[in-house]
Amino acid sequence: MSDITKQSLSDLVENIKSKKLSSSEVTKAFVERSEKSKELNAYITEDYTNALNKAKKFDEKPNLDLKLPGIPMAVKDLFCTRDLKTTAGSKILNNFVPTYESTVTQNIWNEGAILMGKLNCDEFAMGSSNETSFFGNVQNPIDKNLVPGGSSGGSSSAVAAQLTPITIGTDTGGSIRQPASFTGTVGLKPTYGSCSRYGIVAFASSLDQAGPMAQNVKDCALLQEVISTYDEKDSTSIDFKRNEYSKELTKDIKGKKIGIPKEYRVDGMPKEIEDLWKKGIEYAKDCGAEIIDISLPHTNYALPTYYIVAPAEASSNLARYDGVKYGFRAEGENLIDMYEKTRSEGFGAEVQRRIMIGTYVLSSGYYDAYYLKAQKVRKLIKNDFDDAYKKVDAILTPSTPSSAFKIGEKTNDPVSMYLNDIFTVPVNLAGLPGISIPAGHDAKGYPLGLQIIGKAFDEQNILNIAYAMEEKINFKNNITDWWIK
Amino acid sequence: MSKNKSEYLINRHDNQYEVVIGLEVHAQVTSESKLFSTSATKFGAEPNTQVSLVDAAFPGMLPVINEYCVKQAIKTGIGLKAKINKRSVFDRKNYFYADLPQGYQISQFKDPIVGEGKVILDMPDGQKEVGIERLHLEQDAGKSIHDLDPKNTFVDLNRSGVALMEIVSKPDLRSPDEVNAYIKKLRSIMRYLGTCDGNMQEGSLRADVNVSVRKKGSKEFGTRCEIKNVNSIKFMQMAIEYEANRQVDLIEDGKTIDQETRLFDTKKNETRSMRSKEDAHDYRYFPDPDLLPLEVTEDFIENLKSEIPELPDEKKKRFIEKFKLSPYEANILVSDIETSNYFENVIKKSDVKLATNWIIGELFAALNEKNLEITESPISAGNLSKLINLIKDGTISGKIAKTVFEQMMKGDKDPKKIVEEKGLKQESDPKALEALIDKVIDDNRDKATEYKSGKVKLFGFFVGQVMKVSGGKANPQLVNEILKKKL
Repeated sequence: MSDITKQSLSDLVENIKSKKLSSSEVTKAFVERSEKSKELNAYITEDYTNALNKAKKFDEKPNLDLKLPGIPMAVKDLFCTRDLKTTAGSKILNNFVPTYESTVTQNIWNEGAILMGKLNCDEFAMGSSNETSFFGNVQNPIDKNLVPGGSSGGSSSAVAAQLTPITIGTDTGGSIRQPASFTGTVGLKPTYGSCSRYGIVAFASSLDQAGPMAQNVKDCALLQEVISTYDEKDSTSIDFKRNEYSKELTKDIKGKKIGIPKEYRVDGMPKEIEDLWKKGIEYAKDCGAEIIDISLPHTNYALPTYYIVAPAEASSNLARYDGVKYGFRAEGENLIDMYEKTRSEGFGAEVQRRIMIGTYVLSSGYYDAYYLKAQKVRKLIKNDFDDAYKKVDAILTPSTPSSAFKIGEKTNDPVSMYLNDIFTVPVNLAGLPGISIPAGHDAKGYPLGLQIIGKAFDEQNILNIAYAMEEKINFKNNITDWWIK
Repeated sequence: MSKNKSEYLINRHDNQYEVVIGLEVHAQVTSESKLFSTSATKFGAEPNTQVSLVDAAFPGMLPVINEYCVKQAIKTGIGLKAKINKRSVFDRKNYFYADLPQGYQISQFKDPIVGEGKVILDMPDGQKEVGIERLHLEQDAGKSIHDLDPKNTFVDLNRSGVALMEIVSKPDLRSPDEVNAYIKKLRSIMRYLGTCDGNMQEGSLRADVNVSVRKKGSKEFGTRCEIKNVNSIKFMQMAIEYEANRQVDLIEDGKTIDQETRLFDTKKNETRSMRSKEDAHDYRYFPDPDLLPLEVTEDFIENLKSEIPELPDEKKKRFIEKFKLSPYEANILVSDIETSNYFENVIKKSDVKLATNWIIGELFAALNEKNLEITESPISAGNLSKLINLIKDGTISGKIAKTVFEQMMKGDKDPKKIVEEKGLKQESDPKALEALIDKVIDDNRDKATEYKSGKVKLFGFFVGQVMKVSGGKANPQLVNEILKKKL
């Protein structure tokens, strides 16, 4: 089988279970393709030799009852992996090797999957283009010099380029859905509290959520089923009844009420996006869904709210990187000097910018005007969704206000970069699940995504809608393997 | 300085100043594991042997609240007759220091677990109520060790994350003596509850002391200074005396007092400025997003209430009513739970009045001399009880009992055995005593004649002689009776 890497996760699982393929064959195929794809810079750390050994071990005594039997995969370098360097895309953790495993990755290995390596990402997941990574930008396999989105840019690039059959990312303001949209792949941000944050390098604790990224909805559902568990080690983990998302997946969404929020028609949105949204509405109708106009009146305030809450939490979460205990340390004259040099040299510009914003909004005299007010607005945004969900089962929006942009295009304009998250950020603020599915191409042939937002804990419903629409949309990614010489 | 019975005032020229003191006591919660991790909390372990990934703030590590510590804090709140808040919030207090691995301390800022309460002090001139402002839970930091190496600082994270209760009093204290009584009472309550061992040598109890002064009669508070981290009652008292006088001097010189944080130098016996208000840290408090608000139910609190033992105030009342102790005696006996337990064990089988006197008198003096706690007493409650019974039933006199007691202090021996071995049993046989007395009267004929002719004072001389001849063992009551008849 020469086209192993082109197979979906579901097919690979099927082929391994029926012994048409061995884990070694599959792992070797993805390792070889990954090795030929260094130009994408999707990996920060490769662990191919170990992966091949693990595959061999798996084949010696295969447990075919597992959900991911012998499936190789690479994961975002924000997940702590035991004995394998975990950098969060930062110089400050360049030499950091955890002695522990994140709950989400542990869940994956427990189901038989094999780690191939750690994928590039924006530094501490702060960015929308993967350009803030200390380990360099990542190429979008769609086109040379195109960003793959961020912060899970290495993950989206690797899935789209078929270097890994599936992967996991983290999403604080759109970091799974936006890169999925930019690369023509599927990405799910689960309900806050669905996936444990234990062992994930924290960016903004009240917003961070891990989630699956895949080539299709079914694979996404299967991975979500594996990673979502209640975890006592994370006090914000929620103990709710989790579905067997892949088993319960159905295309029957007849009569589902889907809301179209008028506030998402933002000024200056390209016509292509508007058209895509209209097309999406038609697809949903074709699937038997009922379309209802709704209002989310505080949408406009989501981005400013996010850029207060997220940096505030980040400024505190990143205080632990001080050169004292682990990670990078610059020598200094005294303790304060060591702190200043370590953090000035260890953190990149975007991380420093957000630490400063966060420090500012929490400062005495500013706290009430910024942080406290932002928390109140956050509540209003959540109330908007609660009101809307009295009328509808899910909400359909574009994933992003544009297709992927060029590397370097927005690096000197942080606000324009932040605007890229305008449709995804409200979902994080409200703690809701959202999925991005590829739905079409713009004039340049770059993929565009649609986002389906669900009620809290209603992942099954948005996966079903995505699954039904996916069939109607019948999206094909144009990937030419341009980077393989 | 004038010190009449009740008031602590500082006199300068024609002015009298009153001292206003509020305390922020940091009490280590008695708990096997830390506030947000499962690491052990034993005192004196090898450096960095009780540190988890959470305590050392490794990437991706998350705090999980220790329910036992929550219970301990609520119990303490109940002991302080305080309002228990069903909803409280953990905040992050952000600052950088080498022994603060997270770069923030998890504490409670706006919404503490315990609200207003009170502590009753027994002062020589009556009771005094001190208001409690709040009690909140927080993590301790690690320890920086600067003196092990000329160039480097070492950090021990064993304490990092250990649960502390910060108990904030209202500015109700007015003298070093009241501070002494307050700390002792607080310590006593927490030891009764088993929520803090109160061991000041091990740092389980320390305090930030807020001091201000004002002219007597003034209703306004003066500008206060906070003396950080004082770890003994004596130092607290010394620091307050120094600081209050320093502030009075400033006012008398027409200067103003800067609100600032000060340190107490125990060697020089003075407070020194640490940082001014302008240099105060901006801690950027905000709710810790890793922890949900802490919510407890009415049932949870009620269950804890049912676990609360009899506390010192209630015990004192019972001792006075049931055992007819004086308030003074009751106060001493309830001051710590071990003493009151000891007392109650002794009186299970012996006379209350005698037991009270022997414990407060002989036992305390002997323990004090040897610098021992009551728990380390060489004389068990059971044996003290036996000794008292020997006095009560006339087997030995009070005087002999003291000799026996001294023997007992050298090792917990049964007093009956000591009495037997040393032949200290009191002579109460009237015939034997009569013989003794006859001999004494015979030997002192002249004095007997004088007595009969009216020199009654000589009676004491005869008693003394009889006791001497008997080696102290003669029953003094019988000696009196027989002597009267014979003379």
